[in-house]
Amino acid sequence: MSSVPLQPSLAEGRETALRDEARTTAMVWLRELIRFERTRTRILSGLIQPILFLIVLGYGMAGLVGSVGGFDFKKFMFPGIMAMSVVTTAIFSGMSIVWDREFGFLREMLVAPTSRASLALGKTAGGATVAAVQGSIMLLLAPLIGVHLTAVLVLEIIGLELLMAIALTAFGVFVATHIERMEGFQVVMQMLLFPMIFLSGALFPLNKLPGWLGVLVHINPLTYAVAPLRQVVFAAQHMTPEARKRFPSTVELFGHTLSLATELMIVAVFATLFIALAIRGFSRTE
Amino acid sequence: MSAIAVRQSTPQPLDARGEPVVAVRDLVRRFGDFTAVDGISFDVFRGEVFAFLGPNGAGKSTTISMLCTLAHPTAGQISVAGVDVARHPKLVRRHIGLVFQDQTLDDRLTAQENLRFHAVLYRVPPAEVDARIARVLELVDLSDRRYDLVSEFSGGMARRLEIARALMHVPRVLFLDEPTIGLDPQTRALIWQDVLRLREEANVTVFLTTHYMDEAEYADRIAIIDHGKIIALDTPQTLKATIGADTVDLGTADDTVALAALERAGYRVEAVAGGTRVFVENGENAVPALIEAAGVPVRNVHVHQPTLDDVFLRYTGREIRQSHAVAMPARVRARFSRRGR
Repeated sequence: MSSVPLQPSLAEGRETALRDEARTTAMVWLRELIRFERTRTRILSGLIQPILFLIVLGYGMAGLVGSVGGFDFKKFMFPGIMAMSVVTTAIFSGMSIVWDREFGFLREMLVAPTSRASLALGKTAGGATVAAVQGSIMLLLAPLIGVHLTAVLVLEIIGLELLMAIALTAFGVFVATHIERMEGFQVVMQMLLFPMIFLSGALFPLNKLPGWLGVLVHINPLTYAVAPLRQVVFAAQHMTPEARKRFPSTVELFGHTLSLATELMIVAVFATLFIALAIRGFSRTE
Repeated sequence: MSAIAVRQSTPQPLDARGEPVVAVRDLVRRFGDFTAVDGISFDVFRGEVFAFLGPNGAGKSTTISMLCTLAHPTAGQISVAGVDVARHPKLVRRHIGLVFQDQTLDDRLTAQENLRFHAVLYRVPPAEVDARIARVLELVDLSDRRYDLVSEFSGGMARRLEIARALMHVPRVLFLDEPTIGLDPQTRALIWQDVLRLREEANVTVFLTTHYMDEAEYADRIAIIDHGKIIALDTPQTLKATIGADTVDLGTADDTVALAALERAGYRVEAVAGGTRVFVENGENAVPALIEAAGVPVRNVHVHQPTLDDVFLRYTGREIRQSHAVAMPARVRARFSRRGR
């Protein structure tokens, strides 16, 4: 160690700087994965809620709704339940920053001589990966429900889950950067997460909702993430035209039925917006 | 190194110790009407252990936050390793090590994983990471806990791991904010062993805050801070010397006679409750002569050498323990301060 003054212009190449930021993002991502892998109980409890919904609601409603051409309510619900699992895990992961703050580790990250954007991106990528994994575990239930899976379908599902998870984790990060205390976390979970899930079409068809609720459904980013998931799952199932009519999978906006590509675009736009907000929120923290 | 006694807080930018690693000039920090730091100046030199000593609320933490680029001064200049802190905070942060009062480890990760995380964020060259992890763990005597989860660590071990982590990127200065707060005396001694070993083996410059008098003794130089001002700055020895002589209290069969006899023998004396107080250069060696000179049977002897407590008392007119605000546990305090940010 020399006592030579540091050179403020100690300009490292742009490339080096970028590579260092990328390594930071990767490290934050890796930390999320390590923590996920070490908290088996969280993985398990993350499974219980969706399974409970699937059994209670699925079987309960199946009797009421009946089946059309061998297609029943449980199968309708299945993609929605997967989405629910992804969304819950994603928001929870994004909001784990509240924990990081409480237990001090956030400080270790914030005082580091690194860009806040790299940290926010790492947190988002890590949370999204974890959420997609958690959602994909639900695929193990598919045979029990009678949902037919193909290799292509599984890949499509994982891809859609990742996109959805990125948007919602970034949203969680953004919300968390505006929460100072643990209590706020509970409030947000109750006030945002559950309405978002209920008004996304994940658990029941949305075509019979009154107008004002319809507005909420259409400003809910989740709506546009659940629909594609259901569409790809349904596309791989044998469904009679009557069943398709009884169990719709599409979203209508201003009288038009949205295409899968449009839905994905909308989710991508939401994801971009939330990432930008998450980075901004993280940059302003403390 | 020649013993240069910096009597005042007047900084000497160039002396035998070379350029200061930390140079502070006329630093002020106000919160509304309250002046937390009131125009302080000092230098910290390379390889030095420099302690900021003062009661809670004296301005220690506010000062260290400003030195670490985490808070902005209301006025004044700070340079760390020759770099203006206000102008290049990120550059400064890459070259300082920080250990906060509150733990900032991820306890679900192992010691090694925490260090690796830090290494990446502080741009340690990947090829060097493994060797540095081994080295810093060795410095704090935690080599055998490398692969253990931090959740299994005791408070003292966690604190030592944080010190190790702060060394991962080879900082020019290591800042420790109350490194031993909330730890038991044994653990505190261990932490100090580590700090002193860092100076010996790695020539790390250490700036730390403490409100423990006995700990400040370990430092090379101490700045006593009270009400936002540095009221004394020197080596512990010199500071204690300013208090003057040792005192010997004698309890005798007849204190009045003893007092008179000792005074006649040329000693500076004073009557105290339960006996006679004598002021002498070297108390322990003077005892036999004093017993002789007292002329009456001596029942008990108490020799007192000046401590930093006396120094603090002399400069502030009160004892450091009395001057503490209500002692709050670190966690609670952190929560309060966090809310303010």
